[in-house]
Amino acid sequence: MSSIAQKKGFGATIWDFMTTVDHKKIAILYLISGGFFFLVGGIEAMLIRIQLAKAGNDFLSAGTYNEIITMHGTTMIFLAAMPILLAFMNAIMPLQIGARDVAFPFLNSLGFWLFFFGGIFLNLSWFMGGAPDAGWTNYASLALASEGKGIDFYSLGLTISGFGTLIAGINFLVTIINMRAPGMTYMRMPLFTWTTFVASALILLAFPPLTVGLFFMVFDRMFDSNFFAVEMGGNTIIWEHLFWIFGHPEVYILILPAFGIFSEIFAIFSRKRLFGYTALVFATILIGFYGFMVWAHHMFTVGLGPTANAVFALATMIIAVPTGIKIFNWLLTIWGGNISFTVPMIYAVAFIPSFVAGGVTGVMQAIAPLDYQLHDSYFIVAHFHYVIVGGVVLAILAGTHLYWPKMFGTMLSEKLGKWTFWFFFIGFHLTFFIQHFLGLMGMPRRVYTFGADQGWDLFNAISSAGAVLMAIGIIILLVNVVMTTIKNERVGNDPWGDGRTLEWAIPSPPPFYNFAQTPLVRGLDTFWIEKMEGNKKGMIFAEPLGDIHMPNNSFIPFVISLGMFIASFGALYFLDDDKPWALPVLIIGLLITFGSMLVRSLKDDLGFHITKAELLEDAKGGKTDGH
Amino acid sequence: MDINQKYTPQSWPDHPETATMEGKNKFIGFWLLLAAETVTFASLFATYLALKDKGPSGMEFSAAGLFELPLVFAMTMILLTSSLTSVYAMYHMKNHNFKAMQAWLGITVLLGATFLGLEIYEFNHYVHLGFGFTNSAFSSAFYVLVGTHGAHVLFGLSWFIALMLRNAKRGLNMYNAPKFYLASLYWHFIDVVWVFIFTVVYLMGVIG
Ligand code: HEM
Ligand SMILES: [Cu+2]
Repeated sequence: MSSIAQKKGFGATIWDFMTTVDHKKIAILYLISGGFFFLVGGIEAMLIRIQLAKAGNDFLSAGTYNEIITMHGTTMIFLAAMPILLAFMNAIMPLQIGARDVAFPFLNSLGFWLFFFGGIFLNLSWFMGGAPDAGWTNYASLALASEGKGIDFYSLGLTISGFGTLIAGINFLVTIINMRAPGMTYMRMPLFTWTTFVASALILLAFPPLTVGLFFMVFDRMFDSNFFAVEMGGNTIIWEHLFWIFGHPEVYILILPAFGIFSEIFAIFSRKRLFGYTALVFATILIGFYGFMVWAHHMFTVGLGPTANAVFALATMIIAVPTGIKIFNWLLTIWGGNISFTVPMIYAVAFIPSFVAGGVTGVMQAIAPLDYQLHDSYFIVAHFHYVIVGGVVLAILAGTHLYWPKMFGTMLSEKLGKWTFWFFFIGFHLTFFIQHFLGLMGMPRRVYTFGADQGWDLFNAISSAGAVLMAIGIIILLVNVVMTTIKNERVGNDPWGDGRTLEWAIPSPPPFYNFAQTPLVRGLDTFWIEKMEGNKKGMIFAEPLGDIHMPNNSFIPFVISLGMFIASFGALYFLDDDKPWALPVLIIGLLITFGSMLVRSLKDDLGFHITKAELLEDAKGGKTDGH
Repeated sequence: MDINQKYTPQSWPDHPETATMEGKNKFIGFWLLLAAETVTFASLFATYLALKDKGPSGMEFSAAGLFELPLVFAMTMILLTSSLTSVYAMYHMKNHNFKAMQAWLGITVLLGATFLGLEIYEFNHYVHLGFGFTNSAFSSAFYVLVGTHGAHVLFGLSWFIALMLRNAKRGLNMYNAPKFYLASLYWHFIDVVWVFIFTVVYLMGVIG
């Protein structure tokens, strides 16, 4: 049971990943699948931009265009951005708090497979009669009128993957509450751990309303219930409320971990303790808290009345305060620091002005009367891409470079990384800056084409050109990944040389039990403290070397999720008269799911022990360390 | 934790549900899950209140006309009692008295099943009056709110039964004690939700 890397066959590796409960491997699964969906969403974005590159274009039909924007938005948010962030949370957070794994390794795997099968299911709609086409917000008035099965793919797929995300959220919360190493008090937790904590709390409270809304949608479309059917007393605004009670916290679920990644980067590459750590922590908590009180700023034009609009406008503006605090803390962290402009740091520095631009337009939209002008125009598209791409995607790219060595034991090329950065960064501003003006000139969002006489051609052409630059940047990143993997130059514990937190004190990648001995934490930036005091081991230990208890691998999470996946096809078709096979499929799928849950519940799974002797051998066995 | 370790009432810890790391994790994780469930039911309640008595023009049904308290009151009493019996079961769990725990859990299950039977009877009754799931926005919201609760009851019952059967031969240990504890916590939660349903749907419905 030694962890010394043995060469495994391809089949054995696949099986290993299908049954793993190790947070580091689950992180890799999230990164690969999230990355895959990011490419899918990116191709959809390119198709949109090709269609809009010139006036009166007929590259895509109006109907296909609607499907593509819907799938682009849905894929990017639920299947790309969030899972890639979950990848970093999984890979890094347990290491940062000195834990051997997450609180529920089995559920961790289940969460991943539910997300994965939900995402695949949603995307299969392309091949099975058409994708959803009511926008990623899926407003009920559009969704109920949509023909075909697209919307049902949306509802069922997001329900399944949403369960997965909820499970991940609960798991991280418990991990942070219960599994911190001795001495790792809350106010010594690295900021990435803090943002993971708050984002998980948001997941916990925001996903249930979405699930409820999705259930209503399924019932209305498939079982003739009347939640949104106005002629039967229903009310379509209920969907909008439920969706945005989820939807606004969702944007913080995305941006808070991004803030966390950048906080780590600023401290590492300025070689300074974060300025105003306490303020950053409290700003994070405040943002999470306010995040639940502003959802109706997406509904100013619905007609909720002047009082509601005023309250939600004010609440929205207040959120800008903690966010501003963060910006100043980062600036003051850089200030006077000993800066090294590595690829992650370049992204972090570029993030500040980009994100501030998105924040400023956000405050503009919070002014309800002004939003009556801006609503549903390209100004909105420009705004949310500034925060999402300028914030979240830049953080994802930065985090990929920063944590690649910790996840895979080898460094991405800095040179290619810089090329990616410049293409992506210039392309990003070229694409989206000009869309502010398109919006002000009156171009509505979600239109598949425009006339040559409207005067929008030039700006749209420029916007599309920018998208090409971004695509080139991403292709260079892929080349970088392939070349780095082939070269496979191994690195030591602290490849950036300036790591401050516990994850940099152990080998890259860490052994599957992470810490042979649980560390004792003596302060914020604990690894840095030990380094400064000349401690060659990088940490002091809270326990003598002894046996370690580890969880068993399990195939059951995969099977539970597979059952849901199968059942969804049955659910999709069992009301159609010409598909008698569908009902059995539904039943079989549910039996698989509940049967395997029952097996899990009844069969004892007590894990196993790694003995002290094995640990000692492992330490000798030349796992990489030192550099 | 050693699953084969034998305990006596003396060596059994005061809080077996949180005596192991695994138990502690489950304990906190489960409370968090209940938080998520609370938000779920809050969304269902809000929707119900928005759609109460709403239907196609000229709809003959209204909460005041439809609901009758006696049956629902009986159901409430039965479910509350089952919460109490599950408390007895946990009392015996903490004293390491396996037989008594199983017995009280058995009673809890019987009460829960009675509740569920009455609920099915009630729904059936409404459907025969013409108040089906697709009748109106009101009916949809009603059935989904109360039905979701019913599904939770069903799940809770199955959970109890599975645990009782699985552990019938081997008795209590540190591995299954947290499981029994969480199942009963879940049962209390279901009970609390029902109190809200009784108040918001039935009492407030009948009164006006
Ligand atoms: C990086 C290159 C990207 C390009 C070129 C791009 C382009 C576009 C375009 C042209 C639209 C359609 C606007 C409309 O007609 O309403 C759109 C919509 C959208 N995009 Fe992107 N996008 C990109 C990345 C992203 C990312 C990374 C995310 C999220 C993580 C995202 C989220 C969305 C959402 C939510 C919508 C709204 C979809 C809807 O209207 O339902 N985009 N994007
Ligand atoms: Cu918002």
